[in-house]
Amino acid sequence: MGAVVGTLTMQTRQRRPSRDKIDDELELSIVCHRPEGLEQLEAQTNFSKKELQVLYRGFKNECPCGAVNEETFKQIYSQFFPHGDASTYAHYLFNAFDSSQNGSIKFEDFVTALSILLRGTTTEKLQWTFNLYDINRDGYISKEEMTDIVKAIYDMMGRYTYPALKTDTLKQHVDAFFRKMDKNRDGVVTLDEFIHSCQEDENIMRSLQLFENVI
Amino acid sequence: MAAGVAAWLPFARAAAIGWMPVANCPMPMARRDHSKKQDELIILNVSGRRFQTWKTTLDRYPDTLLGSTEKEFFYNEETKEYFFDRDPDAFRSVLNFYRTGKLHYPRYECISAYDEELAFFGIIPEIIGDCCYEEYKDRKRENAERLMDDQDENKDIKLPNMNFRETMWRAFENPHTSTMALVFYYVTGFFIAISVITNVVETVPCGSTPNQKDMPCGERYTVAFFCMDTACVMIFTVEYLMRLFAAPSRYRFMRSVMSIIDVVAILPYYIGLVMTNNEDVSGAFVTLRVFRVFRIFKFSRHSQGLRILGYTLKSCASELGFLLFSLTMAIIIFATVMFYAEKGSSSSKFTSIPASFWYTIVTMTTLGYGDMVPKTIAGKIFGSICSLSGVLVIALPVPVIVSNFSRIYHQNQRADKRRAQKKARLSRIRIAKMGSSNAYLQSKRNGLFNELLDLTGTEGEEQHRNKTTSLLESQHHHLLHCLEKTTAHEFVDEQMYELNCTENALQSFLSRSPSLSSHEGFTGTCCSQRSRKSIPLPNSSMSTTHTHMQSQGLQELSAIDIQCVEQPIHGTSRSSLNLKLDETSQLNNRGQQIITAIISLPSPPPVTSDGCGHGPPNPPATISTTTSLNVVKVSAL
Repeated sequence: MGAVVGTLTMQTRQRRPSRDKIDDELELSIVCHRPEGLEQLEAQTNFSKKELQVLYRGFKNECPCGAVNEETFKQIYSQFFPHGDASTYAHYLFNAFDSSQNGSIKFEDFVTALSILLRGTTTEKLQWTFNLYDINRDGYISKEEMTDIVKAIYDMMGRYTYPALKTDTLKQHVDAFFRKMDKNRDGVVTLDEFIHSCQEDENIMRSLQLFENVI
Repeated sequence: MAAGVAAWLPFARAAAIGWMPVANCPMPMARRDHSKKQDELIILNVSGRRFQTWKTTLDRYPDTLLGSTEKEFFYNEETKEYFFDRDPDAFRSVLNFYRTGKLHYPRYECISAYDEELAFFGIIPEIIGDCCYEEYKDRKRENAERLMDDQDENKDIKLPNMNFRETMWRAFENPHTSTMALVFYYVTGFFIAISVITNVVETVPCGSTPNQKDMPCGERYTVAFFCMDTACVMIFTVEYLMRLFAAPSRYRFMRSVMSIIDVVAILPYYIGLVMTNNEDVSGAFVTLRVFRVFRIFKFSRHSQGLRILGYTLKSCASELGFLLFSLTMAIIIFATVMFYAEKGSSSSKFTSIPASFWYTIVTMTTLGYGDMVPKTIAGKIFGSICSLSGVLVIALPVPVIVSNFSRIYHQNQRADKRRAQKKARLSRIRIAKMGSSNAYLQSKRNGLFNELLDLTGTEGEEQHRNKTTSLLESQHHHLLHCLEKTTAHEFVDEQMYELNCTENALQSFLSRSPSLSSHEGFTGTCCSQRSRKSIPLPNSSMSTTHTHMQSQGLQELSAIDIQCVEQPIHGTSRSSLNLKLDETSQLNNRGQQIITAIISLPSPPPVTSDGCGHGPPNPPATISTTTSLNVVKVSAL
């Protein structure tokens, strides 16, 4: 029986190196990131020093290591929408924020995007939104991409809505969007078409100014 | 929404821009944030230690003290900070809750102090983080147990309106509540012992008469033993019937273990009475006598250790079951092996597997009687393996049972210690309470005394008196005085009040002499009357010692062991009390009077009437008889 016990322990010992590697990887990912200096950020963005301080404090509170990965981002965003599932939209948002596409949002990315969204010109805002919708970054919004986006938004509503969601609500919504945006009816929406169509719509223009005083 | 991510709300709102082009209808207007001032630092001064945090941090939890406008009550205009007169160490956890969104429970903190702090700051303890929740719950449970113990103790205080049945039941359950119960307790204990000894001695062979062989004492002195047995059974029957009568729930009582033991203890005797001289059943009757030994279990009412043992065995039922099961398995295995191993050898005692059980048990418990031994080599080998494994199998569950017993025993020890300390603690608290109420009464008399002094003009005592009351005290006393005036009643202390009650009852019962009727108000009014009646000093000194004696008397009464205040009897009449200047004698007289009055409450009225009226005629008698009431100490094991 001692031999049996001995062989069993031998087997477990072999498996350990792989587990060590995983530990190493974990350690690598918990690396802190420090943002650029306050003056540089102030120059790059449209925020004042005080606003940047407030933003950074909030950011660092939630992410002490200085960078957000997608999981954390999804968790944070989902907390604002308890009814439904905000993970899909958060995924698209994450991609939109993560300008360098390296899987984590640093404070600079965060603040740059916020600067556009809150203090940018209409054109800049619309450009950012176009980037958000263009999931595969090919410069065109296809119907499939739009359907995905709209579905992600509807997911955040959850199941219990009034009036109840019908099966073709999504399709109708996307069709309406394309009818409005796609001027030359070629099945995709380009940046110019998008900006033009939005500037023509009063509601959209007004709602773009809605969140200006958020900070 | 967790407040920790409140910092990200601006970001989430900004990100909502992604919905705008998709939307078909206009968005609702956003509320303008009018309080656009910059985030400011708030200084929280907690007992001198300054904590600083952002206002928005505190605003995260608007339903707490710091997050709401309630903190404005604590704002100090001069220093521009919020001052809280609380524990700064506990405040750390509170503030960290605002900062991180998680409430932690520090281990060094007392649970009730921590709960109070949380309650003060308006934070519900249920949101304690998972990391500290277990610890918090454990401590809370221990605290609750302690409080329940205290409550159980309070129940021991005699409720005035218990009927006879309830009194009897209480007497049975807690023998130290009254003398009768104690006497009964010891008598039953004595008779249990007698009965058990009788049963034992009955079988001892005694008296060797030359013509007969040794016969057991039971057969020799049949009548004597029968009488003894009858007496014991009488007592036990009476006791059982009384318990049955007094039990609050008779059905539940009859199902309890102790009552079953009682019944089993006395039943054989009655059965023996019923069936007499019937040869067939007399054999069974003899067997029934075995059940008389169950009387020894009645001792468990008298011994806490036995009860703990029983409780331990009950709580270790699973370990015991495991022990039994594993033993049985091992016995069967080894018995089989030994049987087949010894089958070959001739004249082997291992005639069958059940016969081998005996060998296996004796070997595994390392008894080794030697009445059955293996003779073959294989048998010896397996026999040794059997004894070795026996040690292991028995040694494994036993420590579990032992540790259980130890834990329960220590718990009981702690409970007993707590109870013993509690009596001392409560007496201290009572003295303190009495002290404060007496202080008022005393000050009242001092006030009258001061009036007298104004009349008589002595100064020495006056200075002494005035020093003892502070401004706060005097204002408080003034308040109580106003209340008295309002209601046209006066404050008295408990003893006086009870005395009044009994005296009033006596007054209505017996026709009283006028001298005693004035004694009715044996209160502040009484003293004040008397002091008004008789001007001289000694009266007031008497009044002050009056209160001293009261508190002293209470001290004496509330302690477990009571020393009787043996005072020499002064053959003084009431009038002479006014003349005597000797303080100690005043003390003694008043003391005796008071003690007499207090102690004689439970005793029949005539004594009281004598005791209060003239001097102290027969107090020592009452004192000595009733002190025995109070000298009680029940041993634990």
